[in-house]
Amino acid sequence: MDVKQRIGVVLLVFCALLVHPVVRAEEAVSITVGSKGFTESVILGEMLRHLARQTGIEAHHQRQLGGTRVLWNALLSGEIDAYPEYTGTLLQEILVNENLQTEIELKQALTRRGLRMTPPLGFNNTYAIGMKAELAERLNLRTISDLKNHPELVLGFSNEFMDRADGWPGLQQGYQLPQHNVRGLDHDLAYRGIESGTLHVTDLYATDAEIDYYKLLALEDDLNYFPVYNAVILYRADVEQRAPEVAAMFNRLAGRINAPTMSRMNAQVKLNGEPESAVAAGFLKQALNLDVDYQIQTAWERFWQHTGEHLVLVGISLTAAIIFAVPLGILAARREHLGPIVLGVAGILQTIPSLALFVFMIPLLGIGGPPAIMALFLYSLLPIIRNTYAGLKDIPPAIVESAQALGLPSRARLYIVELPLATRAILAGIKTSAVINVGTAALSALIGAGGYGQPILTGIRLDDIGLILQGAIPAAVLALLVQGLFELIERGLLPKGLRIQTSGIKGPSL
Amino acid sequence: MLILSQVSKRYGDVLALAPTDLQVPGGETLVLIGPSGCGKSTLLRLIAGLIQPGSGSITFEETRLSSENILQIRQQMGYVIQEGGLFPHLTVHDNVTVMARYLRRDVGWIDCRLNELAQLVRLPEEMMNRFPAELSGGQRQRVSLMRALMLDPDLLLLDEPLGALDPMIRFQLQKELKAIFAQLGKTVVMVTHDIAEAAFFGHTLVLMRDGRIVQTGPFKELAQTPAEPFVEEFITAQREPMAQLVEALKWT
Repeated sequence: MDVKQRIGVVLLVFCALLVHPVVRAEEAVSITVGSKGFTESVILGEMLRHLARQTGIEAHHQRQLGGTRVLWNALLSGEIDAYPEYTGTLLQEILVNENLQTEIELKQALTRRGLRMTPPLGFNNTYAIGMKAELAERLNLRTISDLKNHPELVLGFSNEFMDRADGWPGLQQGYQLPQHNVRGLDHDLAYRGIESGTLHVTDLYATDAEIDYYKLLALEDDLNYFPVYNAVILYRADVEQRAPEVAAMFNRLAGRINAPTMSRMNAQVKLNGEPESAVAAGFLKQALNLDVDYQIQTAWERFWQHTGEHLVLVGISLTAAIIFAVPLGILAARREHLGPIVLGVAGILQTIPSLALFVFMIPLLGIGGPPAIMALFLYSLLPIIRNTYAGLKDIPPAIVESAQALGLPSRARLYIVELPLATRAILAGIKTSAVINVGTAALSALIGAGGYGQPILTGIRLDDIGLILQGAIPAAVLALLVQGLFELIERGLLPKGLRIQTSGIKGPSL
Repeated sequence: MLILSQVSKRYGDVLALAPTDLQVPGGETLVLIGPSGCGKSTLLRLIAGLIQPGSGSITFEETRLSSENILQIRQQMGYVIQEGGLFPHLTVHDNVTVMARYLRRDVGWIDCRLNELAQLVRLPEEMMNRFPAELSGGQRQRVSLMRALMLDPDLLLLDEPLGALDPMIRFQLQKELKAIFAQLGKTVVMVTHDIAEAAFFGHTLVLMRDGRIVQTGPFKELAQTPAEPFVEEFITAQREPMAQLVEALKWT
């Protein structure tokens, strides 16, 4: 009963920690905007943040939160208040089942969900199918239909394009394309594949900065397969009550960004390495005559921020994992019938790919820190449970029996004899978990929790190795530090009698 | 003081101990002997309550053993096993006093008792802060005996206590152990497979085979009036090497 109460308290504290950041976000009057994992979306997201701040309200930007579904669900649940979207995506993907035809119908459908949409911003960022201009010329390709005669071409599409109904599946059917060598990969990596020649054809966004840079040709959509992807801002209807001036600000963007302007801004960020924040501010000054007071974090500020976020993710999830996994390991070792169940469930959790586990947490806990911490927590359980179990099971029966024969009750045997003898195994499990945890926590950036994954994610988007290393190296160093820390702890905790080598030291006989 | 009536134990299909009656009078040393797997260790573990009998009852000092009172009763039993079963992470001092400290006995009493026992088993003072890994096999068995005697139990249970020791030390310890038993006047139940050791220690020998008692009595009785041919075979098998040794000595 004692133990159950204790576990109950720990559970409560843990849940409170998980919920805490969400509660705080709702207390203050603030606006949170989100953006998808590509540069244009991040620039527009920065623009929204600047616009909201212009009204004197606190605004946050969850950069590169993920794909369409993640942003859409986050908007519906109120975790973000606004994000840039495209009409084609809304009609062909998100609301495809409603068979909407006109913009009016689309607006009504959004209103039913408590959402608003600004008028189009002024550019159509439709999908295009592109390849090296030089290769297209050599093979005499001008239209997408021309691809039918070249089944040998290697196609690589962004992961989202591979999956969505209006992406590759529809395109292949619509044009009857024969290519079978098709792979899904990150949009930004696709350009590098094209450049190196390992890929021949990929999907483009019409406003991608790379089209000019890599000398690509967008093949003509001769069957008019791709719908119009007019950029709009989606926001929650309640923004109009909470901060009407912010909604008004968002609407000022309508019709102000044409395709060349957007292309140029993308190029400024991706090719010239200018910060999104500065590019967005420059545009607002030029187009709306707004003086945006923005700050660009220095590399050190970013480093400390990511370090702080990473440490919080690892610290909370690992502490919770230790608190739960050690008792579970004890339970598994002591209750014959529970052992296989506990180990089995923890084992299954471990087989879920870490990325999938993070995404599974979104419907349950939303975006940001809490789902990331929960995923890391679940991921850290197995090594500790298994090592605790094995450490207790490996104690020689003669020793367990001697403790019993002394008349020590079960709990006292555990604390006085069995746990000290299992210390080394338990600590080894914790060490393994800690190292896995630090590495896996880098994925947290994918669901908006920040950490060292953030520079890695941005680095992939901007094809910037330096930025990737800014996340990868500290993550590796942190893993080593954590391991070192637990080795020190082991030195302190391991009973002295267990550090003595049995061979060599022997007293005189008798 | 210890009465077993119709006690049996079964592991799956294997009958480890057939329904057995046994009485151990106070102050006596009773030795359970027999070949490997004959059920002698099972019988000892049943008495210590480490395993539960399938049927029958065990009564210790007028109290019937049950899962409710076994922890209490074990404080009246000292238990020593072959390798000593010392806790490797505790010093000699902590190993011996672990139960007394758990019961929050008076610190002065504990120290006093510890010194008394160290003298009894002839373990030097400076060993008290050593760990089991720093002791010889013989020293470990002495510590194990100290631990078993710490709470001054009425009954001592010894499962092959000298089985892992080399012959010289074993011979030395046998003499010392017997002297200690005589001095303390405790009831002792000991398991061994060595007939010479059994004869040396036991007032009464209990010879077992295949989970049942074949014959009970002093060594002399077993040797002179074996209940069945197996008793004679068992004794002869272990006497034979000795006879050869004596024969060999004649030729030199």
